Amino acid sequence: MSQAFVEIRHAQKSYGQLEVLKDISLNVDRGQIVAIIGPSGSGKSTLLRAINDLDPLTGGEIWLDGVQVNKALPHRQYEKHINQMRQEIGMVFQHFNLFPHLTVRENVTMAPKLLKKISDKEANALAEEQLDHVGMLERIDYYPAQLSGGQKQRVAIARALAMKPKLMLFDEATSALDPELVEEVNLVMKKLAQEHMTMIIVTHEMDFAASVCDRVLFMDQGVVVEEGPPEQVFKNPTQERTRNFLRKHLEGAK
Amino acid sequence: MDTELILKVYPYFLEAAVVTIELSILTIVLGLICGALGATARLSRFKALRFLGAAYVSFFRGTPALIQLFLLYFGGPQIGIQLDAFEAGVIGLGVNIGAYMTETMRGAIIAIDKGQGEAARTLGLSREQAFRKVVLPQALRLMIRPLGVNINAQIKGTALVSAISVVELTYTAQRYIGSTYKPFEMFFLAGVLYLVIITITGKGVAYLDRKVRLPA
Ligand SMILES: Nc1ncnc2c1ncn2[C@@H]1O[C@H](COP(=O)(O)OP(=O)(O)O)[C@@H](O)[C@H]1O
Ligand SMILES: [Mg+2]
Repeated sequence: MSQAFVEIRHAQKSYGQLEVLKDISLNVDRGQIVAIIGPSGSGKSTLLRAINDLDPLTGGEIWLDGVQVNKALPHRQYEKHINQMRQEIGMVFQHFNLFPHLTVRENVTMAPKLLKKISDKEANALAEEQLDHVGMLERIDYYPAQLSGGQKQRVAIARALAMKPKLMLFDEATSALDPELVEEVNLVMKKLAQEHMTMIIVTHEMDFAASVCDRVLFMDQGVVVEEGPPEQVFKNPTQERTRNFLRKHLEGAK
Repeated sequence: MDTELILKVYPYFLEAAVVTIELSILTIVLGLICGALGATARLSRFKALRFLGAAYVSFFRGTPALIQLFLLYFGGPQIGIQLDAFEAGVIGLGVNIGAYMTETMRGAIIAIDKGQGEAARTLGLSREQAFRKVVLPQALRLMIRPLGVNINAQIKGTALVSAISVVELTYTAQRYIGSTYKPFEMFFLAGVLYLVIITITGKGVAYLDRKVRLPA
């Protein structure tokens, strides 16, 4: 059986009586970029956070590169397994979640030093390389509080990339930014796209999704209502719910 | 005010102040240890530990410290605990302030944004690594000032051990009243010495807080 690089099989998630994800399946090939759009509360974050088991599913399977992320193991073994898997899955949050007590350099090197046992010299080279990549090398010895939102998010991306992940997850990476700072973060993400990083991007920015993504998923109330290439989902949506959402969104953007 | 008398007795008060300082240091160290253990229990994944932590806090914060002290010092021998007054004072007050410190430490830890631990876990850190490298360093900074408040209360609280005849500042003041009949001078002198100890400690706490503060 041939397997996709990332596979979500029949993902189901409930909080008590509330079913937040209802049997969602999704395949993403290596190097593909998938956007997830949909109204607030539709389950986008929950799905994304299920992929690295931050919010464990109540049913279904997540696979990455032939390995099941959420496989059933005894507690201790599972902790080891999931920590290993998470090293391969980078995540970028809406509110950056940089470590405020560490410098930009230390934010980037902390996990590689701790988990990959690299030397200080290697760690520094890694930090410089990753920060250069996102255009933040000059701020390497600053603290997060001394950066703008856009700069923080670029550092957060560098921090995730420093673990050399196979997959990057973005949960509304630009939603908390002032409009004039959105572009610098989008540019970094576009750069990653050109380098064929596999990415799943939850976003409210339809233009960005249309220009960067291979595929768009429209979610509503815990189900994938519609999916396809951006031209189709944005220009010729087949579902009434998708049309309504896009219309409302367009009105909101004006 | 009889300044001559004050000048005559103050060396004895200084000796007593040393005992107050010793009591303060020992109770605070014990309190910090109890506080760290208590906070760990309160935040544990295990229900039994959480219950134990909560019971500890509610007993020691819910009854007068003086009763706890009497219970230990006078009631202790009845259940096989033999302590001299100084030991009973250190243990009784240390465990008592530990309950307050438990809540201070727990408060600082849960005040750290959940996203911090999540970001660390996302990078592959274990629960323990995330706590040690990300949550705790931030929480420690946050708890310095409120622990300073606990410490301030504890230094003044050492006066309670005068009730079990530990010869510290308050007890010494009372004793000298018996021979001098000058309560104003004696309590005034003791008060000034408490003020000196508390002021210096407060400055130390403020210094520490400034020293670890992050650049904004
Ligand atoms: N920890 C939780 N407990 C209960 N309900 C939750 C929790 N987290 C999310 N939800 C609910 O799950 C639904 C989907 O949330 P979310 O995935 O954050 O949506 P989105 O990211 O699309 O805005 C919402 O109805 C939300 O209220
Ligand atoms: Mg969300």
